[in-house]
Amino acid sequence: MSMINYASREINCKLVYYGPGLGGKTTNLETIHGKVSPDTRGKMVSLATETERTLFFDFLPVDLGTVRGFKTRFHLYTVPGQVYYNASRKLILKGVDGVVFVADSQLDRMEANIEAMQNLYDNMAEYGYDVTQIPFVVQYNKRDLPNAAPIADLQAQLNPGWPVEDTAKQKEVPDPYHEGEFLVQQVDGQWVERAPYFESVAVTGDGVFEALRAAAKLILKSLS
Amino acid sequence: MSGASTWSLQESDFSQIQACLSALLKASNARCSLLVDRNGQLLANAGEELSFDATAFASLTAADFSANDQLAKMIGEQEFASLFHQGDKESMYLADVARRVILVVLFDQRTTVGMVRLKVKQTVSDLNRIFDEMFARLEARGAEQAPGLLEGAEDEIDKLFGD
Repeated sequence: MSMINYASREINCKLVYYGPGLGGKTTNLETIHGKVSPDTRGKMVSLATETERTLFFDFLPVDLGTVRGFKTRFHLYTVPGQVYYNASRKLILKGVDGVVFVADSQLDRMEANIEAMQNLYDNMAEYGYDVTQIPFVVQYNKRDLPNAAPIADLQAQLNPGWPVEDTAKQKEVPDPYHEGEFLVQQVDGQWVERAPYFESVAVTGDGVFEALRAAAKLILKSLS
Repeated sequence: MSGASTWSLQESDFSQIQACLSALLKASNARCSLLVDRNGQLLANAGEELSFDATAFASLTAADFSANDQLAKMIGEQEFASLFHQGDKESMYLADVARRVILVVLFDQRTTVGMVRLKVKQTVSDLNRIFDEMFARLEARGAEQAPGLLEGAEDEIDKLFGD
């Protein structure tokens, strides 16, 4: 739930990083925290266990610039990746404006990715939200590892697309981030839409900002 | 509803809220008060200058309240309408307002929790009225005017992201 504060001239939006355990959600935030100028970001808060597993959430506020004279302030949250903490994971989704799903590209984490994606849909539905109708980006992390699955396989499993029922939206939309690919297209006679995807290596920062910017842009456009 | 809805805080509402918070501090002798929305965004604060990161504080307050809400449900309560955290010197009292925002009062030994609780009651009722009116007004205005501020700002957004 974005909040426009006319008194402080700020637009506040909530972006949640979701995904399986040890997939790199916290690392994403740490990278953003490390690379963004201290003038444009706040303090990073991590509620983690002694072994640095996220217990409740990580939180980082960043300012991404000004639109119509209003400061655009994004509150970035991660959820605990472990299923054990589902109750607190669900709480973080309350009032969410957009989601970045951080998938672990490693072949042996495919099952965990699928489970986390299903859990995202389920938890969103409990609030009456539909993840396919809000700003949603998929980030395939750990692309540098030798056992990373091919993007085509990850896309087929995690981001195969959802049906587009609205006839007004049944037209090809090219993927601005990947030449020759489409976000909306007809597959076997059925119109489908996919979330924009990005490849990343969160520890080095590759692809992290691209995913963040894409999600932030979609959120602001959803307000316009 | 496909996602969470947007809401806005107008300057006139803001000044009413600010007056409420200031009156509370005067009546209770507390140090400062903050108003945080349930999603963790700081809406307003009054009193002594905050010596901590207010944004982080706001997000933790919302998380604290949400976690306690779930605990309340587990023991068969609808909610905990207020929470009290006691420290050696500093304490805080949190109260729900209109199920949408949280009033936080920070206080020390210059007052007592009893006094704070008593005065918060009145403030919560005043704030409830302000927020109920505000949300009723937003609803009455309906969805057609909801976008407002960023309508037609696509180009500016594109420029912001360098596209």
